[in-house]
Amino acid sequence: MKFVDEFRDGHAARTLSEAIRRKVTRPWSLMEVCGGQTHAIVRFGLDELLPKELNLIHGPGCPVCVTPVALIDQALAIAARPEVTFCSFGDMLRVPGSAEDLFSVKSRGADVRVVYSPLDALALARDLPDREVVFFAVGFETTAPANALAVSQAKQEGLHNFSILVSHVRVPPALEAILASPQRRVDAFLAAGHVCSIMGIEEYLPLAAKHHVPIVVTAFEPVDLLQGIYMCVAQLEEGRAEVENQYSRLVKAGGNRPAQALIQEVFQVVDRTWRGIGGIPNSGFGLREDYAEYDASRRFHVEDVGGPESPDCQSGLVLQGLLKPPQCPAFGKACTPDHPLGATMVSSEGACAAYYRYRRFEPVN
Amino acid sequence: MCLGVPGQILDVVESPLRLGRVAFGPTIKEVSLACVPEAGPGAWVVVHAGLALDQLDEAEAKYMLDCIEQLDPGWAEGGP
Repeated sequence: MKFVDEFRDGHAARTLSEAIRRKVTRPWSLMEVCGGQTHAIVRFGLDELLPKELNLIHGPGCPVCVTPVALIDQALAIAARPEVTFCSFGDMLRVPGSAEDLFSVKSRGADVRVVYSPLDALALARDLPDREVVFFAVGFETTAPANALAVSQAKQEGLHNFSILVSHVRVPPALEAILASPQRRVDAFLAAGHVCSIMGIEEYLPLAAKHHVPIVVTAFEPVDLLQGIYMCVAQLEEGRAEVENQYSRLVKAGGNRPAQALIQEVFQVVDRTWRGIGGIPNSGFGLREDYAEYDASRRFHVEDVGGPESPDCQSGLVLQGLLKPPQCPAFGKACTPDHPLGATMVSSEGACAAYYRYRRFEPVN
Repeated sequence: MCLGVPGQILDVVESPLRLGRVAFGPTIKEVSLACVPEAGPGAWVVVHAGLALDQLDEAEAKYMLDCIEQLDPGWAEGGP
């Protein structure tokens, strides 16, 4: 078992595709929550294997895409400081703030570095004691334990030249906002597998019950996604609204307790603004007061920095599943991966970037 | 962003960060195994941003693949 090849098997994919066709009797709209799932669906053309009654809606599960312009502007202000070495995942460097992006700041001489892990940024802080090393802590619950571990370790080591700019968001409040919207179009969710590997499934049980919506925790390979879709359709056709786990090879019902303990130690639940969507109560993590010293926003006094979003970008509608990327007038014209108006065109997991790469010339119904 | 990659643990250094080497096919990287305290050499984990999210369970993987096999109309005749 290699845990990848088996879940890209063509025979299994065809079996599932045919089973879905046999099961569906009427139209349903399913939302895949995670940008990684969106990318795989578009890359492998999985939606083309589905009956026309099924509509896949691409959800807001790309943290790069939902990081608000104000936080990008804070990152730009911090990164431009001469004493700062600013570290980030690569995706964030081309995300436009209100005036420019991190690449622009870097091109003017700022020390901006791409790292693979917050632990790499922590190692830089050890190696560069005369520099202020800042990590742009963007992510969902999946990334929170790694960021919490870096901050916790910095405190234990007494590393005072390390801090993080936090833009952490949580999935369940976003699903609640989508379900409560009067424009709701979602009949079932493919929940984000890696988020649930950390947090478990308990937070989703009240959502499924309150809104009578099936939620299937789903992994990221083509066979996984088709199986998650089959499980959603089976529930819908049978009138069930349960939380099921397609990704049982990784996700436990209770999640990862040591990871949750790390998050609990370092972070607290806070309100967050989602780019293109707006404020959602309790939808993020912020540093606890015990770790305020490691909050880059406070350390560099940039709490009030931040400008408006491009008025031409309709990513908010895309992120809520109300618009397919090619339906945006700017798609592929004023907005391309080289010159993105909004973050959904930047990240490889953004719906606009995935459509631009794989589906640029296809009409959308 | 929440990309997680399956890999097999080669070795572990017991330390606060519980660093270990994990093989992703031919690529070997050092990652933190702090959140999988019981995982040792040979175990499969999914790694995200330098941290192992959890261990993979081969029996569960096979079970879900078996569920797909049972959806095949030819399964009852040709299956086990």
